[in-house]
Order: sequence, then structure tokens, then C-alpha cells
Amino acid sequence: QLDHGRALHTAARAGLSSVSTRDVPAERPRAVFHTSESDPAKHSEQHEGRLYNIPLEEVKAVFPHGLPYRFQQQIQTFNEARVMVRRPALELLAYLKGSNLAHPAVRYVIYGERGTGKTMTLCHVVHYCSRQGWLVLHIPDAHLWVKNCKELLQSSYNKDRLDQPLQASVWLKNFKASNERFLRELKTQKKYTWGKRESTEEGRPLGEVVEQGLARVRSASDAVGVLLREIKQQSHRGSFRLLVAVDGVNALWGRTTLRREDRSPVSPEELTLVHNLRKMVRNDWSGGAIVTTLSQTGSVFKPSSAHTPHELLGKEGFDALDPFVPIPVANYSPREFESCYGYYLERKWLQHEKAHTEDGKAELQFLSGSNPRQLDRLAGPL
Amino acid sequence: TLRLICTTAAVQRKNVGASGPEKYTEAFIKKQIEEFNLGKRHLANMMGEDPETFTQEDIDRAIAYLFPSGLFDKQARPMMKHPTEVFPEQRKIQWGEDGRPFHFLFYTGKQSYYSLMHETYEKFLNVQKHQDQLTAQDLPLQKEKRNLAGSRWLTKIELEEMLLEKLSDDDYSRFIQLLEKLVALPYADMEENYIQKFSKEVPVQLQKVVIEPLQYDEQGVAFSTGEGKRKTARATAVVYDNGTGKITVNGTDILHYFPVLQDREQLLFPFQFLGRIGKHDMVCTVSGGGRSAQAGAIRLASAKALRSFVTEQEVEFMRQAGLLTVDPRVKERKKPGQEGPRRKFTWKKR
Repeated sequence: QLDHGRALHTAARAGLSSVSTRDVPAERPRAVFHTSESDPAKHSEQHEGRLYNIPLEEVKAVFPHGLPYRFQQQIQTFNEARVMVRRPALELLAYLKGSNLAHPAVRYVIYGERGTGKTMTLCHVVHYCSRQGWLVLHIPDAHLWVKNCKELLQSSYNKDRLDQPLQASVWLKNFKASNERFLRELKTQKKYTWGKRESTEEGRPLGEVVEQGLARVRSASDAVGVLLREIKQQSHRGSFRLLVAVDGVNALWGRTTLRREDRSPVSPEELTLVHNLRKMVRNDWSGGAIVTTLSQTGSVFKPSSAHTPHELLGKEGFDALDPFVPIPVANYSPREFESCYGYYLERKWLQHEKAHTEDGKAELQFLSGSNPRQLDRLAGPL
Repeated sequence: TLRLICTTAAVQRKNVGASGPEKYTEAFIKKQIEEFNLGKRHLANMMGEDPETFTQEDIDRAIAYLFPSGLFDKQARPMMKHPTEVFPEQRKIQWGEDGRPFHFLFYTGKQSYYSLMHETYEKFLNVQKHQDQLTAQDLPLQKEKRNLAGSRWLTKIELEEMLLEKLSDDDYSRFIQLLEKLVALPYADMEENYIQKFSKEVPVQLQKVVIEPLQYDEQGVAFSTGEGKRKTARATAVVYDNGTGKITVNGTDILHYFPVLQDREQLLFPFQFLGRIGKHDMVCTVSGGGRSAQAGAIRLASAKALRSFVTEQEVEFMRQAGLLTVDPRVKERKKPGQEGPRRKFTWKKR
């Protein structure tokens, strides 16, 4: 599976340096780890364990938010975004390709231990869907909405609920960056009144709702709610396909760390954003899919040994998400480990002399336990 | 006599036997021996055992039972031993009733040392004469070297105890030089008996330790066990052959049990040293201690288990690398008058 670009490269080098034939065999093993298929639609089992490239412009367009922080740093360092094709992602893509859009949306829950690549799998799927032309509703981390909120406003729409203007406005900005096309095409079905003077007429493009939310930060959460409802109704009709991608879905059920001014704790239903998101995740609409990830790392009040959906979602969440398709993500297989190691070597990320030897590789595998996050952290100082 | 005020333990440790004429008379020692034997029979009677077949071990056990003590120093506890072990050997009076000394070298001051030197030199001359005779008869010289590798000469203190008088460093070195010269001669094995009085065996460290052979379980996979400890942690490890490098601790994976990199590096060390990182599987159980102590205990246990898989030379390398030694460091006791084991209270001027 040598891609054409690299084959030309090797031929050119072989032509230039006709004396040293050692270059040519050395080039080939490196290229085995990469694949030229940058369209996730064409990924299949033969690409398993290999890394594919996402052009940087696409990265900015598709993932304004949502990539893990360390991966973003790696993109900046290596000046390219390489994502590994792994089996759970391939499984999910196969399901999505074969899913019947007339049926209610199927829910997929990606779960696994810490640092095994759940968020990256989700990003892979999001990339595929955006390539296919779906409308992607990507919430990078639902945990951000249930903790560390500085401002809580009482909602004007419903007096019991609380608004979070900052988080809502941040999310709206990113959503606008990723889905410009849809925001121009889709129209509102109802008239919405934001306050005494502002209102949105029926039939206006959804982009206006987003602008309204960004301009008037106080009503940002309501704008988000309106957006979600509109999108759900319209996808139900079948004009486009919708992917709801939520990272850290276990934050929607459970507890929050937020308190009201009178020091009474807030439960998730009382937050507008969470309430609306729960409605999205319910499978009472059709024409798309819901892909979610469980995350223990950002979760509040959960023990660090909890990995399974049952533990992390709690009874309430489990009942709400039931039935779903569980997709476990495990540590690197030996082949995946080799390709990741080969990639680091090729990009000269591993500077230590011993890291280039077989012994060094065995050491890295032992010490990281083939866990992607541990390997990344280990390879950093080397 | 000068009394030394600031002394070290080495200086203070004097050879009591060599410090002058006797402080205990012979009659006193004899009486002590009689009392000891009588006391031994009484003790045997008390314990309900046969007085005739009451050995020293039985005495020790009986005393430990009758006078239990919580003191840490074994030599501070009550003991009952034969007077010859309790009272150190001393020189008897070396002159007769008329004041005339028995030994001809008495007035040199170090009579036993000089008599020893004379004896050794006599042997030396004998061997040389024998050698000369044989060369005169034109017989070939035998060259049989003694094995000096596993033996050492007596130390100065041991020699002092043997001679019951003080030596100086110079005297001691001269004696050792003479012995070396004697041993270097070809026919020195005539005097082998005499030389053996002054040499001691030094067994190689490793010969004491027995390496267990490999055991095989149901599927025919070879495995071996090892135990290790560090501070308060105790660990047992079972290392299996033909593995993939998976390690399980107390039923969980090492990534979960030891989230810290340092602990995992400790576990890696024995395998990395032998170059067998991905070849063995390991299942261990560990209890007690803290995170670091448990890691050290497992490391020692796995190194001991790996001895069975590896050649003797590599075992010696492991020993020299410190993989097979128990780490003796434990928490030091807090002393009264101080805040911790070493830290003193804050010193206030007034």
C-alpha cells in the first residue's frame, strides 16, 4: 500500500543518489505506516493500524473544537494531522454506512479505559460524516458545561432553569465555524422572540439565530436550544442527515459542581444546555445517528476506576441511553504500537539513541503498557 | 596510665586477653566451672529433662523461656554459658616462685611473637635444606601451588587472640611476609599442617546460594517462583516462559496498579538487564508497605525467579548489579530528646 506521492519521492531519490542503494529500502518500511487515503469513507481493514493525513485547512474547518489538547499540540509540532485508523472506528463507520436513515437514530456509546483513544475515534467519525456532507453537531466535552461555570443566569424562558451564557456562546462560535453551509440553507420554522425588541421571523436562515445568540450573550443558551430543536425537526423530515457527537456524555446525568447563590447544588436538569442536549440524545428522531463517548477524566464525583457505561452513566443515564450499541476501545495492538512507534521515529520525535533500538522499543512497550496516552507522554521527553 | 577521652569503637575494642597478668585466678575459674555444671543439672531438673543429656542449646532455650526479655541486643539478654566462653583467655603467670621466667624469650617483652617467628623461620630453613638436597641429587623440582584464591591469612586481631599478647602493625606485617615467603617455596607442602593454622577459608559468596531448577506446569510451560521484600512490603512472583511481557499484580494490570512511571521502571529493570523484556509473563502478589516499597519488593522477587532461567555467569552479573540483594534500609527509630531519628529540636538560645 505505497501511496503514489511517496513512490515518486523514493524514485527521485534513487535517481539522485545512484551510489547509495541503502536509501531505497530504508524509505519503504517507513511508508508502510502511512496511507494516502485521506477520505475516511474508503478506510477498511487493510488500512488498520495506519495513519492517514488530514489537510490542515480541513482540520480548521471540521474541528474548530473537539480535538484533544495534546493532539492539537502534536499537529502544531509536526505541521500535519495524522490520525490512526483503528478497529473500533472502522466498526462504527461500517455501522454508519449500513444504517437505515428512515429508522430512529441509533445510539453508539464508545467506552474504554483512560487514554485508549475514545475521543480520537469520535473525531475520526466526525471527519467521515463531514466529508459525507452530514450536519455535525459536535459537543467537544459535555463536562465543561457542568463544572467551572462562573456565571449562572436564571433563564427567561423557564424560571426553574439556569443559563450558562459563556459556554453557550463559545459553542455557538465553534458551531458556526464548522457548519456554515447548513446555517445558510436551513430556515426557521417558527417565530422566536428573544426579548422585548428582538425577534426572529419565520423562514429566516438559522445563521441569524446563531448571530443573535452571539450578539446577545444573555440569550445564548436559548439560542442553542432553538437551534437544536430546529435541526432535530428538520432532520426528521429528511432533508439532510444529522450526526450528534457528544464527548463525555456521562456528564449529562449525574451531578454538577455548580451551586446557586444560596449554596444549594444544581442538578443537571436545571441547566438549559443540558436539558436541550438530553432531548437531542433521545432517539425519538430519525435521519441520522448519535455517537457518544464516555469519559472518566473530566467527570465529576466518579471514582477513577470506573470505565463501564453502567458505572459512569449511573442508573438514570443508562436508562435514558438504553438501548445503545456499545463500542469498546482498547490499548494498542502490537501492530498499532509498531506503527505509532515508527511514526514517532520518522518524525524524529524520539531523539534518544537507545530509543532507536529494538530494546528501546520493547522498553517503551512495557512501560507504556501499549496505552496510547502513556506512550505519548513517555515519548515526549525522549 | 593515660585515659583516652575521645575514642572510637575500634580503638576501644581491646584484646582483654593480652592486657596483662590475670585478673581471675585459676582456682576462681575452676570454681565457676563447678558452679556452672551444678547449675546445669539444676536447670535440667527444673525443666523436667535428663541432666546427663542436657546440651548448650537446651540451656539457651530454657533460659529464654524462664527469663523472657524484650531487649533487642542479643548479648544484653540473660545468658548461661560455660565459663571458658564467658571469661576471656588470659596468660598465666610466666615466672616461677623464684622469680625466674619459664620462657627463654621472656625479657624481649613479646615472647610468644618472637617464639612464633623463630618457629616459622625454622620451618623455612628446613624446606630450603630439603630443596637444596634434592637439587644436589638432580631431581626435578615439583611446582605445586597452593590454592590461595579461596583462603586468607589471619587478621591482626585474630593473631593477637591466638598469641594472647599485643602486636604492633609492623610485627604483624613481618609475620605475614615470612609466611608468604614460606608458601612461595616449591616444597612448602611439607609444612602444610603448620601453615593451615594461620589461614582461613573464604567461600565465594555465590556457593552458599542454591538456585532452584525450573518447574513445569500443566501445559508444559516452564515457570519459577521468587520472593522479595523491601521495607515492610512482601512479594511473591511467578515468572512463566514463552510469554508476551504481560505482568499482573494482585489480579490487576501493572498500568492500573502502578500509575507512576518510576514504579514500572523498577519492575522493568531485571528483564531489561537480562534482555528478556517481551519473553516472560509474570503473576505476582504483594502486600504491605507503600507504593515504592511494593515495587522494590516485586523487583527483587522477579530477579530471584529469573535466576532459574539464566546461566551462572549472568546470575553473578545480576548479583553485582544489586538486583539480588535485599535492601536493608528501613525506617529509623525516633530517639527521645529529638524530634525525629536525626532532627533535633529547635535550639533556642534562652
